[in-house]
Amino acid sequence: MYSEKVMDHFEHPRNVGEIENASGVGTVGNAKCGDIMRIYLDIDENQIIRDVKFKTFGCGAAVATSSMATELVKGKSIQEAMQVTNKAVMEALDGLPPVKVHCSLLAEEAIHAALWDYAEKNGIHIEGLEKPKADIHEGEG
Amino acid sequence: MEEQNQKKIIYLDNAATTRTAPEVVEAMLPYFSEWYGNPSSIYSLAAESKKAVTQARESLAQVLGAEANEIYFTAGGSESDNWAIKAVAEAYAEKGKHIITSRIEHHAVLHTCDYLEKRGYEITYIDVDENGVLKLDELEKAIRPDTILISVMTANNEIGTIQPIREIGQMAKKHGILFHTDAVQAFGHIPIQVEEDHIDLLSASGHKFNGPKGVGFLYIRKGVKIRSFVHGGAQERSRRAGTENVPGIVGMGRAAELAAASMEERSARERSLSRHLMERIEQEIPYCRLNGDRENRLPNNVNFSFRFVEGESLLIMLDMKGICASSGSACTSGSLDPSHVLLAIGLPHEIAHGSLRLTVSAENTLEEMDETVEAIKAIVARLRDMSPLYEDFIKKG
Repeated sequence: MYSEKVMDHFEHPRNVGEIENASGVGTVGNAKCGDIMRIYLDIDENQIIRDVKFKTFGCGAAVATSSMATELVKGKSIQEAMQVTNKAVMEALDGLPPVKVHCSLLAEEAIHAALWDYAEKNGIHIEGLEKPKADIHEGEG
Repeated sequence: MEEQNQKKIIYLDNAATTRTAPEVVEAMLPYFSEWYGNPSSIYSLAAESKKAVTQARESLAQVLGAEANEIYFTAGGSESDNWAIKAVAEAYAEKGKHIITSRIEHHAVLHTCDYLEKRGYEITYIDVDENGVLKLDELEKAIRPDTILISVMTANNEIGTIQPIREIGQMAKKHGILFHTDAVQAFGHIPIQVEEDHIDLLSASGHKFNGPKGVGFLYIRKGVKIRSFVHGGAQERSRRAGTENVPGIVGMGRAAELAAASMEERSARERSLSRHLMERIEQEIPYCRLNGDRENRLPNNVNFSFRFVEGESLLIMLDMKGICASSGSACTSGSLDPSHVLLAIGLPHEIAHGSLRLTVSAENTLEEMDETVEAIKAIVARLRDMSPLYEDFIKKG
């Protein structure tokens, strides 16, 4: 049901882990629906994403999209990272089954949430970035 | 990698389907190309097919303590469930339009009830306790003068809990209500007797007890008035028309004979394998929960939830190691909600998402159980390492 690329990123996820004192951290999703993604960004003074890590609770597609999303933003400027859409993540993975498309949306949202956190901490405005949606801890048991 | 090519399969999904027994295949084979006659035809070639169908009907009836003419062949468990409930609803509509069932039935029952609900029937769904056992006091309270049917499964397909069907049957009988039980997971695995258990209708499916797929049956007690389900022929006492699936029926009959003869020994072996799995998992993997009744469960069923872990990921990683299992997570159900059974026994969503069902067969070995435990341990640890929920849990202390 998954493409070879998805399976590869699921089996060998890139950039799993945490970053201590990260420039920005974003967590999206909901345990109720079975997917939570957390992205850590380390951004340098030139607004380049020096390092990125993720942690994900979710299905194979959720893990693979997180992994691919981190690859797509690593080494990029924050403006470039803003261009990494769910479509771009999906294409890079050679597609996802229709029921899993929401996983790629989560990856995009997780990056945006981490960038929002970074922008807030540094009092800057990032063009086109919106405040992340509802608190993920809502409804947690 | 070389190792992976030779990797054998450890099949632990016998609640999904079982391996067709070689004796069953052997019994079926002559009825494809040798004795291919239509049982309804008059010549002697067809007589062989007819005889074989009759023999299978008798074998199945014997296992249940029923009469042969109370067994009606179908295409499987879902059809039997649909037929039983819709037909009773139709035939007894004058008496009433109220049906009682449980919250943890198979979708073949629940969706049929939805269908009837949209057509003017009222359905009461009885709760189960944290082990998945039906609340008998709630059942008794739900009975009304217009109740026509109680449908409760013999044993649950996900968590393996066995229901007190004899008590339910007695209660139904006392109130003059028909009792249907979906015995798809139970038939051939645990003893069921339609007389002692007061069962009026019972659904079963061939491939759940080492028979072939695409064939099942519905037991209908003599005297239960049910009209034709499929019109157009005299087969199945004119209640389900269509030329019989002769090889399938023969295979299911043989499978039932084998299952009945080996039940005690087989259950004991399955129980020892599943106990071993349960004990090791509970001792060696932290933050897990056994789902279903610890004692009163199908001998082959093991169901655990692992906190902070999602079921589909677990299944894919097990598959990479050649282990076939199943989960009640949303991602495996094709919806956003995890299994209705796990929610009904009170699991919060995120814990229901991390469920794993292992259903053994007597063909499995103790070595396979140990290999499976080792695999689960490693995978759960790896997925927890990757899980933001686990990270939060550890940091909170």
